Amino acid sequence: MNTLVLQDIHIAYDRHTVVHTVSLSLNDGRIGCLLGPSGCGKTTLLRAIAGFEPVTQGVITLSGQAISAPGAHLPPEQRNIGMVFQDYALFPHLNIARNIAFGIRKHTGRDKARRVAELLELVNLPGYEKRFPHELSGGQQQRIALARALAPRPRLLLLDEPFGSQDVELREMLAREVRDILKAEGTTALLVTHDQQEAFAMADEIGVLRAGQLQQWDTGYNLYHRPHNRFVAGFIGQGSLLAGTVINPDTVSTLLGPVRGQVPAHCPPASVVDVLIRPDDLKLVEEAARKASIVARVFRGAEYLYTLALDDGSRILALAPSHQARQVGESACFELDMQHRVILPRE
Amino acid sequence: MEIRPVLWHAVLIGMALLTALPILAVFGYVFVPAPEVWRHLAQTVLPDYLYNTVLLVLGVGFGVLLLGLPAAWLNSMCRFPGQRLFEWALLLPLAMPAYIIAYTYTGMLDFSGPLQSLLRAATGWGYGDYWFPNVRSPGGAILMLSLVLFPYVYLLARAAFLEQSICVLEVSRTLGCNPWQSFFQVALPLARPAIITGLSLALMETLADFGTVQYFGVTTFTTGIFRTWFGLGDHAAASQLAALLLGFVFVLILLERGSRRRARYHHTSSKYSRLPRHRLRGGQAVAAVLACTLPLLLGFVVPVGQLLYWSLSTAAEGLNRDFLQLAGNSLLLAGLAALFALLLALVLGYGKRVRNDPLVNLSARIAAMGYAIPGTVIAIGVLIPFAWADTQLNHFSRRWFDARVGLLLSGTLFTLLFAYNVRFLAVSLQTVEAGLGKIRPTVDNAGRSLGLNAFGVLRTLHLPLMKGTLLTALLLVFVDVLKELPATLILRPFNFNTLAVRAYELASDERLADAGLPALMIVAAGIIPVILLSRSIGKSRAGEQP
Repeated sequence: MNTLVLQDIHIAYDRHTVVHTVSLSLNDGRIGCLLGPSGCGKTTLLRAIAGFEPVTQGVITLSGQAISAPGAHLPPEQRNIGMVFQDYALFPHLNIARNIAFGIRKHTGRDKARRVAELLELVNLPGYEKRFPHELSGGQQQRIALARALAPRPRLLLLDEPFGSQDVELREMLAREVRDILKAEGTTALLVTHDQQEAFAMADEIGVLRAGQLQQWDTGYNLYHRPHNRFVAGFIGQGSLLAGTVINPDTVSTLLGPVRGQVPAHCPPASVVDVLIRPDDLKLVEEAARKASIVARVFRGAEYLYTLALDDGSRILALAPSHQARQVGESACFELDMQHRVILPRE
Repeated sequence: MEIRPVLWHAVLIGMALLTALPILAVFGYVFVPAPEVWRHLAQTVLPDYLYNTVLLVLGVGFGVLLLGLPAAWLNSMCRFPGQRLFEWALLLPLAMPAYIIAYTYTGMLDFSGPLQSLLRAATGWGYGDYWFPNVRSPGGAILMLSLVLFPYVYLLARAAFLEQSICVLEVSRTLGCNPWQSFFQVALPLARPAIITGLSLALMETLADFGTVQYFGVTTFTTGIFRTWFGLGDHAAASQLAALLLGFVFVLILLERGSRRRARYHHTSSKYSRLPRHRLRGGQAVAAVLACTLPLLLGFVVPVGQLLYWSLSTAAEGLNRDFLQLAGNSLLLAGLAALFALLLALVLGYGKRVRNDPLVNLSARIAAMGYAIPGTVIAIGVLIPFAWADTQLNHFSRRWFDARVGLLLSGTLFTLLFAYNVRFLAVSLQTVEAGLGKIRPTVDNAGRSLGLNAFGVLRTLHLPLMKGTLLTALLLVFVDVLKELPATLILRPFNFNTLAVRAYELASDERLADAGLPALMIVAAGIIPVILLSRSIGKSRAGEQP
């Protein structure tokens, strides 16, 4: 069943539209993610779902109940939607147990204590009931914020840049931890981030937002390998675009030879299009017909990322194991091995 | 030019001891037996002093919370007509010394004042035919003090509300609180330390007040000390009363220190999101405007109007050579005191920056303690050692040179300046320390690494960076001295008058209209620090676009 449905959502401040016609739906128990550069409207959308921003058009429904629509706005406290803020926003004047129990204050004392202990177990901080927020590290505070939001068993959990204030090295590990916790509770969740690694590590479905518009709502795999447009192709992962000419509805001719793939419907034969080439589509080999000169390389640990210049000057990227190092200035032979062929129209 | 650590220590400890001298002198008398007078006091007036002081503290405490808290909440979380104006205008009552607002309301509400005259004219009643609240009463004093002291609570509570991460409030909404529950369960408990700090500052001023209670005939410790010292001439008993008053003050200092410490743990976040202010409409907006207008009107606009009226009606004969002399005296005194305090604050501030050890910190803290000590207590605390020193000097000179040198210390401007510094050094020290705190040590290091010596760093980096700070420190002390009444009244040289003393004398002689002009001058000067304050809080919440 669809827990969360957004239908043609518009959000505007002072006649300035921040979110345009966004529609998406999230099923029970799934973890969704809104991904995009800063200022793309993803946090505004999240806050609208939480009930902190009114929508100017469209409807948000949660388990079949309309919670936001122009002129019909359910206050945040009546939505039963949990939220974890980027700065955790723990209540500094309450101890950990009382922080977690804040959302279930009407329950009996025994119930509260049991739920608090259960959640502390879940977030792997058992016995922390009597501590105060300022005694905890950043990572611990975050887990408490998560436990607090989960305590009332929300219908939906929202996470706003949940790992934004953590060290980069820690983020992926924390993301997996939080994912396990959410899956263990069976919580439906939606997070917001600008970090695609975080999105891949956490989410089942990811929506890429740009300037208030949803570009694509899909799995991480599809966003990388089957991007719907140039923005998604460029924003997710690395890659280069190689110019080509449409020959027929499933072939494009490029400098590297003909590429077979689905040509967009509105691109007639002889029109110019681009072919997305991911660094892993290229294989550097000792002997091959195709040659290019190496103009730059970046060490990536297990691999080197090479930038190759083709005869007409266009650049493509290639990944190769780092124990077969090649020098800048050398020429390299390569083969093309494309599993997914993405052909994008010129804008 | 590195100053030797020993020298720094000697200078700083010396300053701390000098500043602590009045308090030490007062406590020195605690064990001097004065059983006669003490028994007399205990049987007659002491219960009154205690009762009235406690009554004032409780009443003003309630009053400043009632006036300050709603205004602070409305001005940090809501939007309503005039809110931008109220935000800073609510600080204006700080410019009004309590004794001056007392004069204006007495003028307006007394039997011969315009209100009662109008009432009699309208009804035909005569004297004794009707009941009218008497402003010259403990209740009146509570009202007057609350009207001018509530900005302390407003200012600190508002800052605390603004500092709270909005996320903390929003998270409570997602956990099922409506806006009211959010306020009472999260915002208010979080702001409690700041509110208590504001409350204790307001109550320190209440305990220190002399002018209002003296004028209203409410017998409290400050008036009692004054009466015992001058009326009964009993220095030991006066000092013992002062020590008792200091006991109350120390409780407030502890309360304030403690709540400031706790406030650190109540800090929610260094990240801020846009503050979505709640727009009030209809009845709510009207109530909000009323909650802000009433304290502003009663605490500033109405009394200033009265002062203006008095000043204009007496300006013709009031603005004479005497008045200019009076204003000149006040400016001279306040200017000198401000310079003196700035100099000491710079020494202390730099001492702390250069040598940050416990001894230096303790010295600075002792030197800054005077802000909580009532002017009356400081005055007699200064008189005791200075008079003793004068006596010894004269004794000595008569014996060896057969000459009287007269009063060298007491009864001179120097005494007054010394007392002001004890009381107001904290003001300039706080400003200087805040200014120095903004110049990070790396700036000094960068300057030194680019070839400046210590003096060069001071001249080319600190001086331009500190210019605003120095000016602020000067202004704040200047205005405080201008408003100060009891210490000036007690310690001024013979026949040396200031605006504050003159206003007090005229009001005491029931020449309220004549007191209007000097009082208005004091209020006008008092607006300066309010403007400075409102400019610095105008920058509002970190991360919020103006």
